[in-house]
Amino acid sequence: MSPAADHRPRYVIGVTGLNAIDSPGPGVAVIRALRESPDFTVRIIGLSYEALEPGIYMHDVVDKTYQLPYPSAGTQVLLERLGEIHEREGLDVIIPNFDAELPNFVRLAPRLAALGIRTFLPTLEQLEARDKLNLRAFGEAHGLLVPQQHLLHRADELAQAAEQLGYPLVVKGKFYDATVAHTLEQARKAFHQISAKWGLPVIAQEFVQGHEINVAALGDGTGRTLSAVPMRKLYITDKGKAWAGITLEDETLLQLARRFVERTGWRGGCELELMRAADGRLFVLEINPRFPAWIYLTVAAGQNQPAALVRLALGLPVYPWTEYAVGRMFIRYAWDLITDNHEFHQISAFGEL
Amino acid sequence: MKLKKNIATSETGFIFNPATGDSFTANALATEILQLLKQDRSPADIKTLLLNRYDVEPNQLEKDWDDLVAQLRDHQLLD
Repeated sequence: MSPAADHRPRYVIGVTGLNAIDSPGPGVAVIRALRESPDFTVRIIGLSYEALEPGIYMHDVVDKTYQLPYPSAGTQVLLERLGEIHEREGLDVIIPNFDAELPNFVRLAPRLAALGIRTFLPTLEQLEARDKLNLRAFGEAHGLLVPQQHLLHRADELAQAAEQLGYPLVVKGKFYDATVAHTLEQARKAFHQISAKWGLPVIAQEFVQGHEINVAALGDGTGRTLSAVPMRKLYITDKGKAWAGITLEDETLLQLARRFVERTGWRGGCELELMRAADGRLFVLEINPRFPAWIYLTVAAGQNQPAALVRLALGLPVYPWTEYAVGRMFIRYAWDLITDNHEFHQISAFGEL
Repeated sequence: MKLKKNIATSETGFIFNPATGDSFTANALATEILQLLKQDRSPADIKTLLLNRYDVEPNQLEKDWDDLVAQLRDHQLLD
């Protein structure tokens, strides 16, 4: 007897963020979520920047990968490359997953739509509002508690910032990376390392003691929250990433996410990084404008946010979820994927695999 | 004294606080007390039951009881 035919529509979806490393991009988790959608099947087109992004070689996850130009190359080069890929693959939707690439994709969204490639992204204004550099002002305007912070353009500004913030303090890059510094010497070292990698300004932020909670949320662009799932980090790597986490039941966390989505009219996925202080106050440490690397936990909890985002991008109806499973856990693991060096040569030399 | 409504406990002594994500393991006697608290039995009732069931002096029970309550409060498990 042959298996029953699958009548679900099949979408070709481009996904970035295939760097499933110790500070992982969300791409592999997003793809895993898409593959579990009950509404559609997928052909996944991986979009990579580096030849050693593990997702490129995970052939049961990614069907085909193409390399993209770095975000610094600008929108025109990106559009040309995506056009080439689209001609060969017929992309229906692209889900970009890196903070640094989002502005280019947002600017290109109308031109991609004209080609028939749909996205569901925040606006440039929304990106700007929650940017780390503007977060404190954003919090003040919308009643969100954000730790004090100083924007530093020179290492010698650290001493004055430290005088006001006290030690320990957190030294953060404008895109990624954060280091807790207990002395001026440690803070200076972190400043130089982070500014070399991510540029200026560097952020010196008040350290808040507590436990870290993240909320993954999805906004429909009209102020309505379609999904929000809070997770407490149970195991944190030396890079501050959750290596294990558990879904929580806490209405105040959901309210905070809804307030953010409502006030900004947030369009797409986002992650609120929060710190619950010992006295119960909730501080907003960062708001990431895309799905987090732990997004598959939302699927396990009953709210498949990436699949819902695809429906939004395609203009299909999506209704808000009201429930999720509390106490669902993820435990991340590392896996040595074996491949042959001809695959590495293929992606390095020809930009596709 | 009441356990928060949403606290999950099992017969094997596993306690889960869904608001904080914390989980704990209780010993056999603490597990028994938690089960009784979940049945809305009063502290006085539970203490009487324990005094009848176990070979323990009332003073010792009071001391152990206070220790348990302090731990439950510390871990935000009580209303």
